[in-house]
Amino acid sequence: MAEPLLAVRGLTKRFGGLVATDRVDLEVADGETLAVIGPNGAGKTTLIGQLSGDLVPDAGTIRFAGEDVTALPAPTRSQRGLARSFQITSIFPEFTALDNVALAVQAHAGHSFRFWTPARAERALREPARATLEQVGLGARAAVAAGTLAHGEQRQLEIAMALATRPRLLLLDEPVAGMGADESQRMVQLLRALRGHHTIVLVEHDMDVVFALADRISVMVYGRVIASGAPEAIRANAEVRRAYLGEEIPA
Amino acid sequence: MNWLLVVEQCLNGLQFGVMLFLMAAGLTLVFGIMNLVNLAHGSLYMVGAYLATAAFNRTGSFLAAVAFALAATLAIGMLVEVIALRTLYERDHLDQVLATFGLILFFNEAVAIVWGRAALFTAVPRALSGHLQVLPGIPYPAYRAVIILVGLAVALLLYVVVSRTRLGMLIRAGASNRTMVGALGVNIRLLYTVVFGFGAALAALGGAMAGPIYSVLPGMGEEILIQVFVVIVIGGIGSIRGALVGAVVVGMVDTLGRAFLKPMLSTVIGPSAADNAGPALASMLIYILMAAVLFFRPQGLFPAVRS
Amino acid sequence: MRSARALTLVAGFLVLGLVPVVAALANQPFYLDLFRRIMIFAIAAVSLDLILGFGGMVSFGHAAYLGIGAYAVAIPAFYGIHSGLVQWPLALALSGLAALAIGAVSLRTSGVSFIMITLAFAQMLYYLGISINAWGADDGMRLARRSQFGGVVDLANAYVFYYVVFGVLVALLWLGHRLIHARFGVVIRAAKSNEPRMRAIGFATFRYKLAAFVIAGAGGGLAGALLTNQTEYLTPSYMHWTRSGDIMVMVILGGMGTLYGPVLGAVAFLLLEDILSAWTVHWQVVLGPLLVLVVLYARRGLYGLLPGAGARDG
Repeated sequence: MAEPLLAVRGLTKRFGGLVATDRVDLEVADGETLAVIGPNGAGKTTLIGQLSGDLVPDAGTIRFAGEDVTALPAPTRSQRGLARSFQITSIFPEFTALDNVALAVQAHAGHSFRFWTPARAERALREPARATLEQVGLGARAAVAAGTLAHGEQRQLEIAMALATRPRLLLLDEPVAGMGADESQRMVQLLRALRGHHTIVLVEHDMDVVFALADRISVMVYGRVIASGAPEAIRANAEVRRAYLGEEIPA
Repeated sequence: MNWLLVVEQCLNGLQFGVMLFLMAAGLTLVFGIMNLVNLAHGSLYMVGAYLATAAFNRTGSFLAAVAFALAATLAIGMLVEVIALRTLYERDHLDQVLATFGLILFFNEAVAIVWGRAALFTAVPRALSGHLQVLPGIPYPAYRAVIILVGLAVALLLYVVVSRTRLGMLIRAGASNRTMVGALGVNIRLLYTVVFGFGAALAALGGAMAGPIYSVLPGMGEEILIQVFVVIVIGGIGSIRGALVGAVVVGMVDTLGRAFLKPMLSTVIGPSAADNAGPALASMLIYILMAAVLFFRPQGLFPAVRS
Repeated sequence: MRSARALTLVAGFLVLGLVPVVAALANQPFYLDLFRRIMIFAIAAVSLDLILGFGGMVSFGHAAYLGIGAYAVAIPAFYGIHSGLVQWPLALALSGLAALAIGAVSLRTSGVSFIMITLAFAQMLYYLGISINAWGADDGMRLARRSQFGGVVDLANAYVFYYVVFGVLVALLWLGHRLIHARFGVVIRAAKSNEPRMRAIGFATFRYKLAAFVIAGAGGGLAGALLTNQTEYLTPSYMHWTRSGDIMVMVILGGMGTLYGPVLGAVAFLLLEDILSAWTVHWQVVLGPLLVLVVLYARRGLYGLLPGAGARDG
């Protein structure tokens, strides 16, 4: 059995008296798409924060590509091939869409202690950035200031920036948050196309999206993983149904 | 070892620390709760000193002078808050720095216009001009001893208010999460005004008491203000306990350093070298201390736990 | 519209370049002195703008680097070393090193803390300067002789010195322009815009911010070296925190994050100071509230008033 690309053991994070992440165990195999679902307050974003390196866990380990990355800061994890997108859109509003993605390319194209050549003239940055924008469907909007893009387009830009870093693992925090039905559909198609080429950990509320994309699902409630397995098994799980009292799970 | 000198300098350190605390307590709350960089806090200290000195020289009654200075400076502070600072709460820190810098220029020049640029002299009030026997055989200037007592009383008062009253609870909550406090329906405007007034009154008190023992000059506020910044950085923004600990530590380190570093150095590197290096190093001590604290704990010793 | 602004700037530099000619013709050497002083502070302001305007780091201690640069010229001169080829690189090196040390500690914090800490460290250097009796303590001391460049360039000649300063300013602006648009400049500007995002895509932002801090400090040091040559005097008051405030005002007044704005700001601030102080010795009581008003209501600065305003080249 090949070692999983991402292996989380006993991950714990406390904020004062609140245990946001409670001895969480997770595994994601190379090329797999794992969805993490759970009611609000279940600790999903705290989990993503610890995986990406923005939050320091109080206990537990995170192994990525065979390496213990628990103590590594976010920029280093990105350099190792771990990319994330944010639940609340986080882009560079004053820069154009192309500039935004080119920045992500630049971060992985050697150091930036260059003081002379204009970055915009660097083909090695612009070409891959343009290609990634096309890939997510924003090719036509390359020259638009990112802050003026529509909400759905900004979510696409989020994905593009993560993709431009040539990651092995994508951490997607509610990629379709705030999107309408059409936009969500387009995002799902985009993410479908990524499946297999990239390993994905997906946090989502939208169950249609989850069942359309996930190979496996982990369910979190109050910081604990209460169930983990194939989508059908999760759908049928009584404990999961109880946790989602009042929530519709498509039968 | 001249024990008399050591005890005296320790007490001086405590007295300086207490003065720093009076300034730091208000300012750390203003930073923590209102997220306002108020450089003009030192100006309130200065105005308090000038008004108290002028009133004392005019009336001869120190208590009346202090009371007057407190009330008048508080009024001026509230006026400044309403006119200039209110708009700054929503602005970014750079705007706050520049606007309050402008206020400093204004106040420094204003006092120079009224009282001139030379230091204003005032005598220690006669009732307190003697010495107290703080320990057998160790006399200490009564006036400075009173400052220490007043400062400790203020610290105690603040402790009671912050930990035992509803206002104090709001202050602690505000330092931790100001948006939430607003969302819970508390009148944020009023809370800000009260906190600011608190700080202004304490600064005025510090200034009023400073008159007889420190030079009353334009710009005196900024000299102490920067040391107050060191106190707040060491103690942790938003924490009164941090302000007290930081103030006492800074006060002691600075005073003892200035008193004893040169003689201590001269036994190691010789008196003529120590003559230059001593005062130079002593003046840098508290900043080196600040750098050291920051190295290990960038948020300070007792940071208000923020959400 | 970009060309309208470019034209205005070129015109401005032409004017600056012709000041010595006009001053000579009108027999008013005072203006030569004044505009040379303005350009020196423009150099300081432009270097501050790199970290303040472009980098978003509110450093309230920039005058300390001017002081260090000034000391790096005046102290060797005091001991008989007058060569500018020794003094000026020393100024750059020492102020850069100081910025490295101060930045390494300060940049671990942000927001209110960062402002206070940079102010505190700068004031520490000021107190250090005051306490060193050998070098004049708080009275300061005269500069024995302006920096010598082996007879090739004679700074004692007011006109030559003017064009040297002019040359340094132009060179700085040109280098700054390249830096802003190069990879390094992009990282600095993006970190100001959204630092968490920068870290998420893989930039170790601390080292870049520190590098910018050092570059800005070195620029301040160069301005300081020029300043002490200008006044032929050295005083710790060059490092006083109010001077840091003045330089910051020049950046904001002129338009921060615009490269040329700080030059405008230096011109406006120093001319205003000149005019107001002729009117009353208490001119700061006017400048203070004026500053408050500018901050509250005219944030874009003078650069925003130039024709072609609104066209940002990202």
